[in-house]
Amino acid sequence: MSASAVVGRREFIRTGAAIGGGLLVSLHAPLAGRTSDALAAEEKDFALNAFVRIGTDESVTVISAHSEMGQGIYTSLPMLLNEELQADWSKIRVEAAPVDKVYNHPAFGMQITGGSTTSPAEWERYRKMGAVARTMLVEAAARQWNVEASSCRVDKGVVIHGATGRRATYGSLANAAAQLTAPADVPLKPAKEFTLIGKATRRLDTPSKTNGAAQFGLDVSVPGMLTAVVSRPPVFGGKVAKFDASETMKVPGVKAVKEVPSGVAVIAERFWPAKIGRDKLTVDWDLGPNAGLSTEQMLRDFTEMAKTPGTIAKKTGNPEAALKTAAKTITAEYDVPYLAHAMMEPLNCVVDLKADSCEIWTGTQFETVDRANAASVAGLPPEKVQIHTTLLGGGFGRRANPASDFVVEAVHVAKAAKAPVKVVWTREDDLKGGWYRPMWHDRFVAGLDASGNPVAWTHTIVGQSIMQGTLFEAYGIKDGVDSASVEGAADLLYGIPNLQVDLHTPKIGVPVQWWRSVGHSHTGFSVEAFLDEVAHAGGKDPYELRRTLLAKQPRIRAVLELAAQKANWGAKLPAGVGRGIATHFSFDSYVAQVVEASVEKNGAVRVHRVVCAVDCGTVINPDTVRAQMEGGIIFGLTAALKTEITLKDGRVQQDNFHDYQMLRIFESPEIEVHIVPSSENPTGVGEPGVPPVAPALANAIFAVTGKRIRRLPIRASDLAHEGAKS
Amino acid sequence: MTSFFVNGKAVQVDVDPATPLLWVLRDSLEMTGTKFGCGMALCGACTVHLDGKAIRSCVAPLSRAEGKHVTTIEGLSANLTHPLQRAWIELDVPQCGYCQSGQIMSAAVLLTENSKPTDKDIDEAMGGNICRCGTYPRIRRAIHRAAQLAGEGRTR
Repeated sequence: MSASAVVGRREFIRTGAAIGGGLLVSLHAPLAGRTSDALAAEEKDFALNAFVRIGTDESVTVISAHSEMGQGIYTSLPMLLNEELQADWSKIRVEAAPVDKVYNHPAFGMQITGGSTTSPAEWERYRKMGAVARTMLVEAAARQWNVEASSCRVDKGVVIHGATGRRATYGSLANAAAQLTAPADVPLKPAKEFTLIGKATRRLDTPSKTNGAAQFGLDVSVPGMLTAVVSRPPVFGGKVAKFDASETMKVPGVKAVKEVPSGVAVIAERFWPAKIGRDKLTVDWDLGPNAGLSTEQMLRDFTEMAKTPGTIAKKTGNPEAALKTAAKTITAEYDVPYLAHAMMEPLNCVVDLKADSCEIWTGTQFETVDRANAASVAGLPPEKVQIHTTLLGGGFGRRANPASDFVVEAVHVAKAAKAPVKVVWTREDDLKGGWYRPMWHDRFVAGLDASGNPVAWTHTIVGQSIMQGTLFEAYGIKDGVDSASVEGAADLLYGIPNLQVDLHTPKIGVPVQWWRSVGHSHTGFSVEAFLDEVAHAGGKDPYELRRTLLAKQPRIRAVLELAAQKANWGAKLPAGVGRGIATHFSFDSYVAQVVEASVEKNGAVRVHRVVCAVDCGTVINPDTVRAQMEGGIIFGLTAALKTEITLKDGRVQQDNFHDYQMLRIFESPEIEVHIVPSSENPTGVGEPGVPPVAPALANAIFAVTGKRIRRLPIRASDLAHEGAKS
Repeated sequence: MTSFFVNGKAVQVDVDPATPLLWVLRDSLEMTGTKFGCGMALCGACTVHLDGKAIRSCVAPLSRAEGKHVTTIEGLSANLTHPLQRAWIELDVPQCGYCQSGQIMSAAVLLTENSKPTDKDIDEAMGGNICRCGTYPRIRRAIHRAAQLAGEGRTR
């Protein structure tokens, strides 16, 4: 198919989507200036609604309203749709949706991929879209044959008339079906009739990810495109004072050097001259108010702040009184650093800006926001801006930027370049670029009764707000408390009668953002590590104490028990190996993990095995759930063992993977994932695997060394010892 | 002008011979299967073969390829039939997929040199390739599986 036909088809779908405006689109609006015959001859695909097209070649194209960033959604959404459509699975392919309100997230009202919400949010809509399309195909066949639709059935993309045995393929019916009015409502299969949902299904995108064909944002090329890299201020909030580009302009291939709001853009024919050109650029910066920032100082400030009461996020019972009368109290403080997302594909964005249109190609999680922000820079109405969402080489939240930083900057560069341009971030740009997981400090006091049970629990949290100043502020901040700062703490599932969670929200000039599991990435660690301290102080087994405190929480108690059983909790381990356990509830899913680890003489931690149990409601693709738990565990171990972003004199001190190290294959443990069968609605999978692993590891290290881990990343220097205890 | 071979085909490129091979492949030859991850030979996303050896193309100047044979992920097989590609698909190794070209190209050299690698061999050969999505357990299983598939291919 020629490029123009592809574009034509896309326009066609957009027209269709716009006309319908709502859930369902009524169909096949011919493009102006063409006859519908000409269109039919050219267009071999027919949209049955905004979410599925059927080709005369029997291909079935599912339109994904959500971005594929590794979480497997380009397979899960087609599974949902085809559970009802019942096309031949081998004919299914998937395509990213354009930006259009018909593709808005059913809960968030904008086009977005995040919060581990796609499967839960699309659970009904994609099945319904499949059912509607199937109903129309059957109706088209029934009309052709002059029979009742109810006397027909479907099987793998073929409509069959039971009585006469007449058969028609979906492809042969697509054009006629597309002329029909969609039914207003259609019943969905009961779960017991599912044939695809719940069955381990190979990902549709794997072949293209093993031969170099998969197209990420960085791989996009458009005619006449230039490539730019941007020199950005060394301190957050800094501005260009002046720059000297004379040496840069001598680099063959460099076309222009332009100031943009975020820095100085070096625009060249290709990446390498742009990069070399930037190396030769001299910029004087106005550093602004953040030039004194230091994470060491922040650590001291946060620690002091936590000793004073913050804004109450949650209070039950009378923790103050209960602490006074407790038989024993314990206090502990936990710290986690700023973290970068460090997706393997550094940020990038292609922009083709014309007088009356703007086309953008990028891997984004945030189409609606990016389009609005791009439109405002381009000086165009949003509907004149289109975003082509590519595959994302990792997202982890970074590609859902509330300011659309990497998109907005690229529009500015395209304006300055007066040509289509691709802005490429180097690894250093990406790591130093901010929008980190916030640094957090957590202070706990627990009161135990005479038999060692916790009766009071206070938790003071210090850390920047993620939602503040974003369009999610009204939704996420209530009574001065950012829900993302206290999630996993204020909604504690443990039955402790007197509970208080309070929050300090310092304003600091380091841009922060959601990072895989968001607030749970600190509360999972601090709450579960401190609970282990409580168990120890009360003379309780950490698993048994959790079981007792979760007596009224059957779903999380079940994952706790499953993980413990599969990990042989309580059985003897080899000398020098310790076992730790943790549970966490996040994104409506329940996860428990048991870690087995040892500590070498030099303090190096070795993680041998992680056993994970998860209850995420109805499972769509079990292999995807396993993959996300495996990936979440390794992501969490990287944070536990390796990474921190630190600032000194306002400057980020990390550069690249030598000083911001990722877990590698030789450090990767054996991982077992066990899924609890459930008929509840699906819940999150992308993030809930992350929070429990750091505390389970910290608790395992305590079990084997007697040393508490209260600060991440774990430092070998804190753990060096004389040799294994037996 | 630098002359070399990419996936068996003779190519000539007229750019600064100090340009890293990665950017010659991506920007001049428009072969984007080889990925940019760090630019410092720290992550392995850019791994290609130079006369059969795995190299990090992000730090290898074009001049190093003069007269030599470069194999990229696009040249591993014509139609996904390499044992590593079959194993990767069978076990659904990739998540985001960005690092996987480099992972597969590193694994390909390992299997050429060692037809039955142990876990330790895999750790050593694959330690330079980062996967942020955390597909390591599957990469390990898939390399074992590919070794098996390659063995079956040889005995048939």
